[in-house]
Amino acid sequence: MSESAPTNGNGNGKAKGKLAIYWAASCGGCEISILGIDTKILDVAAAFDLVMCPCIADGKVRDIEKMEDGEIDVCLFNGGIRTSEQEYMARLFRQKSKCLIAFGSCATEGCIPGLGNLHNRQSIFDNSYTSETDSTENPDNIRPQAVTEVPEGSLHLPIFYDTLKTLDQTVDVDYYLPGCPPESPRIWEAIEVLLSGNLPDKGATIGENTTVCDYCPRTRHNKKIKEFKRTWEVIPDEETCLLEQGLVCAGLATRAGCGALCPQVNSPCIGCYGPNEGVEDYGARLLSALASVIDSEDPDEIDEIIRKGIPDPIGTFYRFSLAGSLMRRGKRPAPTASSQ
Amino acid sequence: MSEQVFEPKIVGFLCNWCSYRAADLAGSARITHAPNIRIVRVMCSGRVDPSFVMKAFSLGADAVMIAGCHPGECHYIEQNYKAMRRFHMLRQTLKAMGVEEQRIQLVWASAAEGQQLAEAIDKMVEEVRELGPLGWSGNWEENGERIQALEDIVKEHEEAMEVTA
Repeated sequence: MSESAPTNGNGNGKAKGKLAIYWAASCGGCEISILGIDTKILDVAAAFDLVMCPCIADGKVRDIEKMEDGEIDVCLFNGGIRTSEQEYMARLFRQKSKCLIAFGSCATEGCIPGLGNLHNRQSIFDNSYTSETDSTENPDNIRPQAVTEVPEGSLHLPIFYDTLKTLDQTVDVDYYLPGCPPESPRIWEAIEVLLSGNLPDKGATIGENTTVCDYCPRTRHNKKIKEFKRTWEVIPDEETCLLEQGLVCAGLATRAGCGALCPQVNSPCIGCYGPNEGVEDYGARLLSALASVIDSEDPDEIDEIIRKGIPDPIGTFYRFSLAGSLMRRGKRPAPTASSQ
Repeated sequence: MSEQVFEPKIVGFLCNWCSYRAADLAGSARITHAPNIRIVRVMCSGRVDPSFVMKAFSLGADAVMIAGCHPGECHYIEQNYKAMRRFHMLRQTLKAMGVEEQRIQLVWASAAEGQQLAEAIDKMVEEVRELGPLGWSGNWEENGERIQALEDIVKEHEEAMEVTA
């Protein structure tokens, strides 16, 4: 970490900015995608000092805490908020950063960790720490405790929440960068926008304003289908729209940015780039679009087509966006009692 | 103390051409129905985006009714069929989230069916009363230890800061 007003590597004397990259409830894929910008990472290093990035560089929470408010120029925050420690870090980075960016699907809409919102802490811990699952061996039934007393004093673990929250459900967010993970070229484009100083309005999603279908090379006709097929049931032809072939393809509700990678390798879009501009609830939009292609006017038949073809509606419509959706989670039996 | 009767809040999306007129007719014909429904007039049942329904639930509705012209009689030719397909998909999705099926209902009522609409509303109110309040946003709240845990982290870090490196 450098001291006051350093100069950047290209010798133009402009002070370097400060960049933080942090993760909460996420998988680390976002960091790998950042490194995927390849040698351009050197341009990033020329423009910014990396003050924190637990995945790829050293950096101490204490040093961030010592900073002035707003001292960090840009914070790329990936991951949802599942524990008290993550909420603390989100608040800390909000306070210390001029520009806080919800980076990737987890931070913007909850992503796969957000599917845990169909459960609560109790049921997640039961699954992980009791012999309910065949892979778990825990004869003494040891479970993580928020506080453990040892002779030297109390040891604390973060509290695990019943509900995973997105970053903007926790703190104020300046910009959003969608994707699971954001594609490296899109990350570089976003960095260029930040470096240009020509910033979009607060709250904007930095990305494309169209859907995956726009990039999909398949031919489209009028869509009318009698049954939804699962991917393992059929080898689709490589020319025609996958949805017309009965596969649940989320391309028509999903923001472009990936270049339609999945449909190009004969696999339906699963919606990792989240909702397009102006859409409040991704799953509502997708289910609405899919419902309209069902070729039936008989309520019982419609019900049957949906039940057979989409046995897991939440996993289908909200695979990446349950926590960020209007409903946010499944019905909770009861809040988990105080001790973990 | 007398026992409080639960009065469900129901949001109704009624189409302009049939069901809203049915509600109008019920009014002018002095047909009574339970006052628990809050009616939103939409041009067509096909205009009801599933997100309207979810927003209603997340903002405190106990149930949602979507009402439109009978199949085959849509002012916009076949949009009520789209509403029907969407309704079935939405109901199965909400069911998977834990929202009981009776909390979202699709009703057909022509402009002449004020009586039928009033009966459908009364029936729905009783069914939802039976189910009890939904209180969806209550699902999001953490228990009281969250604030304490955050304060503990701040305190711990402050104490750690006092130790010189």
